[in-house]
Formats: sequence, structure tokens, C-alpha cells
Amino acid sequence: MEERWSTEHVLSLAPDASSQKAAGKLSSPAPWSATGTDGAALWGECRGSGRTPYRTAVELATPAYSCTCPSRKFPCKHALGLLLLWSGTPEAVPAGEPSDWASDWLAERRDRAERRATGATAAADPAAALRRAEKRHARVAAGAGELRLRLADRVRHGLADPSAAGPWEEVAARMVDAQAPGLATRVRELDAVTGPDLLEEYAMLHLLATAATRIDDLPAPLAATVRARVGYTTDAAEVLAGPTVRDRWYVLGSRTSPLDGAADERLTTRRLWLRGAKTGRAALLLAFGRPGRAPDLALPTGHLLEAELAFHPGARPLRAALGTRYDAPGQGPAAPPPGLTPAEAVAAYGDAVADDPWLDAWPAVLTGVVPVLTPDGWQLTDGRHTLPIHRGATPEAALWRLAAVSTGRPLTVFGEQGHHGFAPVTAWGADHRPIDLTTG
Amino acid sequence: MPPTAPTPTDPWESLHTTALLGTDRRPLPPPAAGDSAAHLAVDRTDPATALLELAALETVRRRAGARPAPAGEAVTALLAAPAPEDHRPELPTPAARRLTLLLGSRGAGSPGTLANLTELLPQWLATARARGFRPPAAAVPALLDAARGRTELRPDAVALAGPLGRWLAARNADWRFVLRTTTDAPGGPDGPDGPDGPDGAAAAAPGDHHLWHEGLFAERVTHLTALRRSDPAAGLALLVSTWPTERAEDRLLFLDALQDGLSLADEPFLEAALGDRSKNVRATAAELLSTLPGSTLAHRMAERARAAVRLSERGTHLLVTPPTECDTAMQRDGIPLKSPTGRGERAWWFGEVIAATPLSLWPESTGLTPGRLLGLRVGDSLDESDSSWADDLREAWARAAVRQQDADWARALLGPAPAPAPGSRGGRAARAPRSTGAPAKLLAVLPPTERAVWTAAFIEVHGLGEAFQLLGACAAPWSPPLSTAVVAALARAAASGAYPWSHSGVLGMTERALSPATATAVEELAAEAAPAGAWAETFSRLAGTLRFREAMLAELGA
Repeated sequence: MEERWSTEHVLSLAPDASSQKAAGKLSSPAPWSATGTDGAALWGECRGSGRTPYRTAVELATPAYSCTCPSRKFPCKHALGLLLLWSGTPEAVPAGEPSDWASDWLAERRDRAERRATGATAAADPAAALRRAEKRHARVAAGAGELRLRLADRVRHGLADPSAAGPWEEVAARMVDAQAPGLATRVRELDAVTGPDLLEEYAMLHLLATAATRIDDLPAPLAATVRARVGYTTDAAEVLAGPTVRDRWYVLGSRTSPLDGAADERLTTRRLWLRGAKTGRAALLLAFGRPGRAPDLALPTGHLLEAELAFHPGARPLRAALGTRYDAPGQGPAAPPPGLTPAEAVAAYGDAVADDPWLDAWPAVLTGVVPVLTPDGWQLTDGRHTLPIHRGATPEAALWRLAAVSTGRPLTVFGEQGHHGFAPVTAWGADHRPIDLTTG
Repeated sequence: MPPTAPTPTDPWESLHTTALLGTDRRPLPPPAAGDSAAHLAVDRTDPATALLELAALETVRRRAGARPAPAGEAVTALLAAPAPEDHRPELPTPAARRLTLLLGSRGAGSPGTLANLTELLPQWLATARARGFRPPAAAVPALLDAARGRTELRPDAVALAGPLGRWLAARNADWRFVLRTTTDAPGGPDGPDGPDGPDGAAAAAPGDHHLWHEGLFAERVTHLTALRRSDPAAGLALLVSTWPTERAEDRLLFLDALQDGLSLADEPFLEAALGDRSKNVRATAAELLSTLPGSTLAHRMAERARAAVRLSERGTHLLVTPPTECDTAMQRDGIPLKSPTGRGERAWWFGEVIAATPLSLWPESTGLTPGRLLGLRVGDSLDESDSSWADDLREAWARAAVRQQDADWARALLGPAPAPAPGSRGGRAARAPRSTGAPAKLLAVLPPTERAVWTAAFIEVHGLGEAFQLLGACAAPWSPPLSTAVVAALARAAASGAYPWSHSGVLGMTERALSPATATAVEELAAEAAPAGAWAETFSRLAGTLRFREAMLAELGA
């Protein structure tokens, strides 16, 4: 049984809105010929304005794309169009053996993956690495100490006194110099915080800076959490070298930011939330794309993926690296995932915060909740308790989509529960199909 | 800040106040009785650092110990009003995917391999509505957003969105138009439940006229229109009940609403409106009366017309005596004293009289068919050989035919579908279309099939250059014979060396209206055209669009 992706999922892979539009036009059989699929890959020839048609192939598991067109967009409209054709008009992409050019490309990809897997990691000089680590550690501790002084200074003068406050940008730059980019980001955000939240932000930043000056005294899991939050990065390969968890991972949802169409110079970040069917463990995968490009990794919401995950160490492990995959993502169960009541979700977030005090939110599936628009904004309720929906985390259009899917009746919603409220990511309505709530 | 100062026992509030003022100015709150060991362990040597540490403890304590808010009465009340169930069958999955694509591609399209998808949305909506489908709930907000920006989509989009659309519109001010949009039969003409689904009640509730008395102007028009369709007499009575208090602009548009279900029962009211203060209201009332062949206004016009046109004694001529003045009675019957375009006064009055006269007068008073009457020569009553009134008479008859929706007269005025003259095929017009007045408007009076046949014949003789408005008057999608004629005309235009962009208006319409059955023929044209030329590109694009529409309609089971 072939498991096809939804139109929404295919369109979410597009680097921008104009690619989505262009792909929509290539979604009918007319321009395509020599199409086919073997379940793991799609291929086809697309007639353009030139004499020779473009050769387009998509490997579904990664996914990975190949096309002979000159477009610099990635994936190009032909790859997306082919995916849409396969998803909407299955008979137009019949099962078959890959044509020569498609099988060449697929074989080349396999070879490269194997080479990468077996390739020896560069022989490192352990002594030099240790020296570098110690040097960085000292710089981070010095930077964090300086940040502590700055925060205390502001509190001494009073947060209400604007004359005492220079821009935090300058302090953020010092944190970058101190090789603590995590601190720098948090500091930079202080300028945008107002009102009663400001003291909370100061306090939590102070707590983080204090922890950063004495990482070695902390229990190992908490030390790992502090390191990650201060901005030490861990290579995926390094994480994968440690213990892994094999499970059938259910894809709860994903969010890509900056949102489509934003002229932004930042990396495009995609968050993918998974839950192990056997272990019940929550996991978060992060994938990055260069500005204007969609991240490579995409897993269709509602699908199951048999794979190994390696969790980044921490007091509350959530982020994971994707290791060996045993199959392409397959259709998950027809029913929405089991979940919690609003009260249970609040309690679960509380537990998580007790482990990692800097957590803003923790993933949660809510069962039997109705979205309602009250004078205080959108809320999710099971009739006994309500959770406010986190303002600003969800586009307005998506909230109306959520209301439409519910028709005013209980449904299942996946999202992140935090102290700002609940940020919805995916909803399952009466027909049990997952609906994405992170796009406008 | 409320006058009752925060209780000094709220640890967070006292920390916050101290932080705002600064620890230089205000002392750190002292340890309280219930403080945890962690609180008591905070080093208080430096008050600022101590305050940040106490605040961190409080923050984590509050986040980790948060309790969910109980659902209040307001929330419980909202839960009691879910959307009514929609019993229509859900769209087939491929059609739902197509809808996502059509709605997702908003904005102007660039020249590409296919028409702008937004152009195909109206057809998709009309077809889906006619088939009585229910869209996936998640697509309804985008559907309403699309209809918000494009008023021409509203009736179909609102009907398709169904009860869920109305439920959402009641909660979102951006979609208020949904509540004002009438959709005749929610399930389509042959829907299983007919027009009285659970949601039809809002528009049809008889006797509940609160919208009429309290609604916005557009809501009032909608209400009146709906009422006229179901119960014309009740609609009239409602209008009469508030007529004297309505503003002149509103009176004008309310009068327009009487077009639905217009009958002689409306005549006394309309006669009275001929004396209205507003000139536009008077003119509209007169126009409505003139479409009622049995009205006394029609009789009065017929009298004037009889005086203005008579059949010559030998029966070879129609002799015209135009009115010499526009008396107050004529003015009251809606004939303006001056022509808005500055025509000669007598010709203007004459035209207005004939256009408002029941067409049945002419066969009845002369015993001749419309065709025979149009064949007669037209002369001046003083000088038979002066035919200067011929065009005025024909044009006024054409206006009457459109106004009275008289197919016999429209057919006669249009003349037989033009037959190709030998040797003139597709070339310069063999002769100009005979009818003055707008042929497209006359065409619209004919039944759709006849319209298409006539237009197809016209295109064969005259090509596409002059056919734009005629094609616009034909029902889309075009019938196979008309589509074939258009494709043949396009092929001739390409062969003659014309450029595609000189046909861009017709081509745009063709993308939307050409029968998908001609896709193969268009693909052949694309293959025959000079490679990489403008026509090759145009034909491939057209073929691509036709295939897209073919797939789109097939998904909807149309």
C-alpha cells in the first residue's frame, strides 16, 4: 500500500510562496512523462519551455531531490510538482523500475551515504582539544560573571529608571566574544521585554549566568543543560556515537521558522516533534536550512518512522539526533495520538520545569479540548479547565483553522505547553487527519 | 496600580516593587515565615544579587507549581453552541487537494505554463457547489478569506462553506459578509434536502424581519431580495411599511430588489413611485413598469408608440412621427426631458417611448411577425423616402427586447447566424453585424444553446477580433461546437501571422471557458506551431490549462 503525503506537507517543503505556486501548476499530469515510483523514490520528465525535458527525481525518505533544471531554488518547482502529482493523482506515477538516470542518481546517493558512514573521523589531537576546551570554559565563565554584574547593577538602580539602562545589544556583543552565543541571544531579547515579565527574564538569566560560572559543580545532566543553553553545541555525530533509542517514532508535528516568505537573513529552522510508539518518549529534531531554503529534513505529520534517535544529554532530554532509519516514513494509526487533559498538561510542564528551570515549554498532546474565543483571547478547554493559547506563537489564520476543524466540538491538539500558554502545532478533527497549525 | 496596595505577604509583588525602584532606594524584603530552605539559604550580602536569586526561586516555583484555570461560565456558555452538522458528502480527497492548491496560489500569476490558478477558482467553486459537496473543515477559513477579497466568489463560496461558514462568520468580523450573502439553495438545485437545510432558517424565517428594521443596508437588501423570491407580496408589504422613511439612495436599491417576482400586483406601488421626489427613483419605477406588459404605464406608452409609428397603407413602410414635446405625463412615465448624450430631442423621446412599449404591440397592431416588421422600410411620415428613423427604431426595439427578455424579437434583431460568404472565410468581415445596439445583450436573451450556435457561426465568418463580448455572453464552459469554432479561429489567426497578444482578451476567456474536450486539438496546434514561437507557447499553455481543468472537473465528478 502506497502512503502518499498530503498537499500541505508537500507544500511545506517549498522554499517560498512563489515555489508553492509554481509547483501547483506542475501538479497535473500534462507536462509530465516517463514518471514512476518504486515506493522509495519518484522520478519523471517535465516538459519546460526548452526542447529537452527536465529530469526530476525525489528520494522520499530523506527527502532528497535531483533535477536537471537550472533553478537555484531547492527543492525546485519540478521536484515539488512531481510530489504533488504523486500525492494527488497516484495513477499518473505508476509503480516501476527507475529509469537509468534515476537509478544512477539513487545509487550515487547510497554510495555517498556509505562513504560518509565509514569515513574515518579526522584523527584529533586530544591534548590540543583539551586545551581549547579549557580556554573556552574560562572565557565563558568570565563572560557569565560580567553578565551577573550587569544584571545586578540594573537591579540596584531600579528597572523603572530608564536613564540607567543602556541597550543590551552591547552586552550581547560581549557574550558573543565570550563564546557564549546562548547567553547573547537571551540578553539581546531583553530589550523587547516589558512590564512584569522583565524581572522574570532578569532572574532566569542571572540563574543561568550563575550556573555557567560553576558548571563543574553541577550534577552531570544539569551541567549538560546549562552548557547547551549557554551555547555549547554538540555535533550530531558525537551524540549518535552514544546510546540510541530505537522505536517507531510517530510524527506529532513540525514548525518552520522564520515563516514562509519572510525576507530574513537567519537560518531557516525546522522543529519536528516525535513520540515513540513503544517508549512513549517525546523527542525534538532540529533541522536547518540556509536563508531562503527549506531544511532538508522533513517528516510528514501523522506518519511513523522506524529509526534510532540519540538524545542530547541534559536534565530533561528532549532534543535528539536522527540516526539509522529502517524504513521510509509510513502511514501512522488512523486515530489521533492519545493525550492529556489541560490539567495534566500543566502538571507535566511543571515537572519538566522542576528538572530544567529554563524550559519555556514542554510538548503535550491534549485530548478532548475545544478552542473557544473569549474576551481574553483564544483558550482551549475541556469544560473543567482552560489553557490560554500563547499569543503570537500561532498565526491568527491558523487559530481560525483550528476553530473550523473543531466545529465547536472536542478534538485532539498537539502543541507546546509553557508559562505563556499553549502553542498549538497540529490538530486532529473528526476525520482524524492531522491539520498543521503553524502556518498562516 | 489599584488603590489597595499589593498585600505585603505576596512575595513576588514585594520583590517586583523593589526591583522597579532599585535596591539602592528600597531594602530587600525580609525573609518571611513560610520561606523555604532554599529562600533562607540565599546569601543576602549583596541585596541586588540576592534579589535576582530570590526572584529566580519565585519564578521557577510559580512555573513549576502552576495550576490550570477553571473554566468559567463564559467558557461553558461558548461550549454550548457548536456549529450545526453538515450532512452533505465530503469532497473527494483529490478535489480537496485541488482546492488547497487553488486557494494557496493567491496573487497575480507570472506568465507560465498554465493560466493563473485563481482564474479557475470560480469554476471549481460553482461545480463543487452544484455537486452538493461539503469542503473539509480546515479549508473553510481560507475559502471565506478568498471570498472576502473577491465579491464575485461570494455566493458560491458561502453556499459551499455551508453551516460551518456561517458559524465561523458569526465569530469573526472579517467574515460578516457571509451573513449577508444569499445563496439560493445551499445544497445546489438538486441537492437531496433542497433549500431548507438546518442552516437555511436564518434567511427564510417568515415574519422575522428584525434584519429589515435593524440590519446594515446590505443585510436589508439581502433580506428583501430573499423575501421577494419566496413571497413577493410579503416583500412588497415590508418595503411599503417603511418606504416613506427611507433615504433616496436606499429607495433606489430597494426598488431594484422588486425585479425578483415582479408582477402586476406591484403596479399600484410603482405607479405611486412615479411621483417620487427622487428623479432616479422615478426612472427606476418607470423602467420596472415598462417590463410589465399589462401595466397601465405600458398601455400609455403603447398609445404614444401607436401615434409615433404607423404602417403605410400599402404595407411596405413603417412611417415615423416622433413626439414633438415631452409633456408632464411623459416625464412622469420616466422619459427624461434631455438626452444624457445630447441626442436630438425628438429622436431621444421617440427612442424612449418605443423602448418602453410592450413589443407585443407591433405584431398585434400590424399582424406581422417581428422578422417581417424588421424587413419593412422605415420612412418619415411626411416623406416616405427619408429613412433617417430606421436606426432609431431598430435600436429602441433592441432595448425593448433586452428589457422584456423577448427571445423572438432578439432572434429577429440579431438576424440569422451569419453564413460564410464564399472566399471571405476568416478574412475581413464580410459585412458588419446587422443589428445596431449591442448584439451581446440581445444574444444573452436567447437560450444558451442557441447563443452558442449563433456565436460559433459568427466567429467562423468574422474571426475572434469582434467576438469578445459575444463570447462573454455565452455560458461557460462553452459547448463543444462553440469550443471547436474558437479553436479553429485561433488556428486561422496563428496561420495568418497574427500575434497571440492581439487576442489576449479572448485568450484569457478561453483559458477559463473552452471545453476541456478540445485539449487534444489544442495540443496538436501546439505541436504544429513554429517551435519556441509565441503561438507554440500560447497553445501549450492553453492545452496545459485545459488538462488541468479536465482533471479538476473529473475530480468533482462533473
